[in-house]
Amino acid sequence: MENTKDLQSIIVEADTNSPTGRTTTTLNPYTGSWTENEVIHLLKRIMFGASKADIDYFKSKTLGQTINELLNPTAAFPSPPVKEYSSASALTQPDTLITAGQTWVNDPNVDGTIAALRRSSFKKWWMGVMINQDRSIREKMTLFWHNHFATETADISYGNYVYFHHNLLRTNALGNFKTLTRAITLDPGMLVYLNGQANTAAAPDENYGRELQELFCCGKGPDSKYTEDDVKMAAKVLTGWRNNSTTFSSYFTLSRHDTTNKQFSSFYNNTIITGRTTANAGDVELDDLLNMIFATNEVSKYICRRIYRWFVYYEIDANTEANIITPMATIFKNNNYEIKPVLDVLFKSEHFFDVANMGCQIKSPLDFVAGMCREFNIQFQPSTDYISNYGHWSYLATWAANMQQNIGDPPDVSGWKAYYQEPQFYEIWINSDTLPKRNQFTDTMCLTGYTFNSKKIIIDAAEYAKTLSNPGDPNILLSDILKYLYRIDLSAASKAQIKKDILLAGQTSDYYWTNAWNTFISTPTDTTNATTVKTRLRDLVKYLMNLAEYQLA
Amino acid sequence: MKRRDFLKNTVPVGIMLPALINGFAIKAFGATSPLLDSLLLPVTETDHVLVLVQLTGGNDGINTVIPLEFYSKYNNARTNIAIPESKVLKLDGTLKVGLNPAMTGLQTLFNEGKLKVINSVGYPTPSFSHFRATDIWMSASDSNQAVASGWAGRYLNYEYPNFPIGYPNATMTDPLSIQIGSVTSLTSQGPSVNMGMSISSTSSFYNLINGVQDPAPNTRAGKELTYVRNIAQQTQQYASVIKDAAAKVSQQSTYPSNNSLADQLKIVARLIKGGLKTRVYMVSYGGFDTHSSQTNTTDTTIGTHANLLQNVSNAIKAFQDDLKYLNVEDRVIGMTYSEFGRRIKSNASGGTDHGSAAPMFLFGTNILPGVLGDTPNIPTTATANDNLPYQYDFRSIYATLLSNWLCVKETDLQEVMLKNFQLLPLVNVGECNKGIPNTSGVNLITNYPNPFTNTTTIRFTTAGGHTMVQIMDTMGRVLVNLVDKEYTNSGSYTVTFDSGSLPVGVYYARFQNMAVQQVRTMLKVR
Repeated sequence: MENTKDLQSIIVEADTNSPTGRTTTTLNPYTGSWTENEVIHLLKRIMFGASKADIDYFKSKTLGQTINELLNPTAAFPSPPVKEYSSASALTQPDTLITAGQTWVNDPNVDGTIAALRRSSFKKWWMGVMINQDRSIREKMTLFWHNHFATETADISYGNYVYFHHNLLRTNALGNFKTLTRAITLDPGMLVYLNGQANTAAAPDENYGRELQELFCCGKGPDSKYTEDDVKMAAKVLTGWRNNSTTFSSYFTLSRHDTTNKQFSSFYNNTIITGRTTANAGDVELDDLLNMIFATNEVSKYICRRIYRWFVYYEIDANTEANIITPMATIFKNNNYEIKPVLDVLFKSEHFFDVANMGCQIKSPLDFVAGMCREFNIQFQPSTDYISNYGHWSYLATWAANMQQNIGDPPDVSGWKAYYQEPQFYEIWINSDTLPKRNQFTDTMCLTGYTFNSKKIIIDAAEYAKTLSNPGDPNILLSDILKYLYRIDLSAASKAQIKKDILLAGQTSDYYWTNAWNTFISTPTDTTNATTVKTRLRDLVKYLMNLAEYQLA
Repeated sequence: MKRRDFLKNTVPVGIMLPALINGFAIKAFGATSPLLDSLLLPVTETDHVLVLVQLTGGNDGINTVIPLEFYSKYNNARTNIAIPESKVLKLDGTLKVGLNPAMTGLQTLFNEGKLKVINSVGYPTPSFSHFRATDIWMSASDSNQAVASGWAGRYLNYEYPNFPIGYPNATMTDPLSIQIGSVTSLTSQGPSVNMGMSISSTSSFYNLINGVQDPAPNTRAGKELTYVRNIAQQTQQYASVIKDAAAKVSQQSTYPSNNSLADQLKIVARLIKGGLKTRVYMVSYGGFDTHSSQTNTTDTTIGTHANLLQNVSNAIKAFQDDLKYLNVEDRVIGMTYSEFGRRIKSNASGGTDHGSAAPMFLFGTNILPGVLGDTPNIPTTATANDNLPYQYDFRSIYATLLSNWLCVKETDLQEVMLKNFQLLPLVNVGECNKGIPNTSGVNLITNYPNPFTNTTTIRFTTAGGHTMVQIMDTMGRVLVNLVDKEYTNSGSYTVTFDSGSLPVGVYYARFQNMAVQQVRTMLKVR
């Protein structure tokens, strides 16, 4: 009895250590083939879904050109959110200065109802920005930094602060991490969220001083050994900052600043940050603090692990730590924390294109929702009809929130659990509540779509099929759709059954589909035939999105 | 036999009853009208089950049920594939038609009084396209009309009007319908959501009840795929009720091997015996598109078509025997259908091209046995373009099964069938106590009056936020958005629908409140 038990536990252990997680590839440049398979893998990771247009665009270029283009966006930044809400005039401060359709981001307003409407407006807008993203990594990185420097709109309160905090993330998304960290430290939204504005010499608030080290820079890796005293000292350095809610900027008040010297631990080489008494004491001491923190080796390792988990896979074993994370961290630190060089090496590496790392991400809800809109090229209204667009984006953001990713409002300052919670990581996205919701969402988008302001968003599977290489051949049609939607192919038997049951409606001859499709193209006015074709395609796409394979990217 | 008693009360024409609701003629059948029953009997829930057997590809009707009455003309029209008269299987009590020699199982069922043959079932202006004809049969639409829902889906939406909101629940724990062996069917598509679940293959059923997953690659992606599949299996809404039902049945009678229809029907019998309240099961069997070499060239009693018919016959016979063994025989009626029959005249390659009307089979202890309808007549010199005219609209068979077996009230039949159809002497009507629709689940939209003549008031309950009420026709077209706005407060609201000059018939009021949707069926009458 005892022996059997032991044997079982050994078997289980052997299973968890099976070769599934092993890869010995390195950061050496990838020199393998550059086909649609690699393009799709890359795009599904660094954009929201791989749209047909983007795949076609990049497959004619080289890997080097592709990465260069994706890491160096040239598109203008999205225009800021507009007033799409209506507000009662009886408020403390009605925002009558802003006309409908104009942006509210520069208009100060302290009314609580207006703040709530603007936060909501911001969230709808951001959903739209992700769906309408430019052909680059910018939006995926903006979301990455949102998850990293996690804040909650409900806590920040003013929509203006929320927007400018967010804008800071996008502006610096591909810039310098140290610069971004400094800006975030003095960002009004963050000063509200982690109580920096209440951090004074008389009554220090350690919230930001702690998270700066624990969550934003050093992490909690095995060699990250900052101490509780370091938290207290960092908090002292950061005393004295406050917000101006009219100019949406922060400012330093020397009288609130702790001017004593700050002694740090051996983790920071026993650094002493000299207390200053000048008007710029806050700035100078902050620079000292960041120089000290960024001089450690933990910052680059921690950030590279986060980048790895965001773009590659969550499991970091000893091999990955030695062959991928450590060299990435060296590059990051040697480049003075410029973000692009480290991304460039990662995305051009043989490790990134290792088949072991393909298809192993579970789509986040935002990837699931925005990616679906982009891959099926769901049609929204022209930007002049912002009322309809914001209504549609609101619906989509609500679904993502129901699937446990509420844009702008992660669960707490740690961000979403899928990116740090051992041992499940991404698997946390999928549970008995969220998986049926994902299926319900795609079903709805196939069958009825969503109507707001008399305008509908829906997956038009027939229009989608028209973009594929040979939709009249049911075998090629199915394999094309699977190629674009999935990262793991179905078995030949499954494909045969799906083709027969759905496209052929039980028939055994392919030409029945071919005839129906050809008629659909040549005589679109034949409504009964068009219905036949459209319902088959609708059911096909709906079915494929219900299979487990669709959850992977 | 009780069945015989009912036979004498049946006559092969519908009887017009006085119109009960404005302008809509109600047809009922025979002296023991279910309509009268419903007035006399207490409302009870039926435990009846309907099994739909789809023969995909267009089954050649006159080589299935051979028109012995016109044998020489039949033989003349298709000499190269005609079944020799002496080989045709005889049916007790009739000399007019007989069965293909491969169908000994169905012959036995007929002679036991458990099989009904309905001659020449079709519809006006038939379609010869597989896809279109299949859609017509599944949606029960007119030939020139594209109805977006399926007839069983509309029936289930009538019977369980709140589905899927609040389902499963204590009253209806089980799937409303189950499709086996295929991933999808228009038949069970309701006005907005699909009312059924499908078990895409017989092996996936056994995987489900045995907790086995499809193999995944031994990679990181495979690991995550297996994880998602596990959750999918755990959260398949009805996985546990299906497992429990299957577990209650440890022994079944013998089914033929290498017969995929038999494999599917075996599962159906198991789930019925296991106690599922599921009303409709759908199975399918393909390969009937016999354009060439449908028989052996020297012996027309064997070959491709004979093999198909033998499998159908053996599967249904085994299923019926199993239902008897499991002691649930009286609860089940089955029906075969195919999207069309085939051409009267055979072609030179020993096959038949797409045709029109064809026979249907009903099976079970509660069908009225025998042959319904005249033997299809065959032209003396059939040409390649000749087709059999239909005697019975297939929707009359559906309407009869809904009314007399699934116990839909006559007053409500039109909601499901979209029109009135003649009811036929097919079912032992005394078996049906008319129930009322199951209103468990959460009711978010109603209308009154219903049926209505001009205007009707729609009441809906929103949880707040963006809310929409739209009116759609049976083709799925949106006619008007009655409500399309944000509600600050949750609660119940009303809106009036003025149907104006819209024609009488069925309309759907679709309620949408962010992620939630529900459909109310409304009937406009004169």
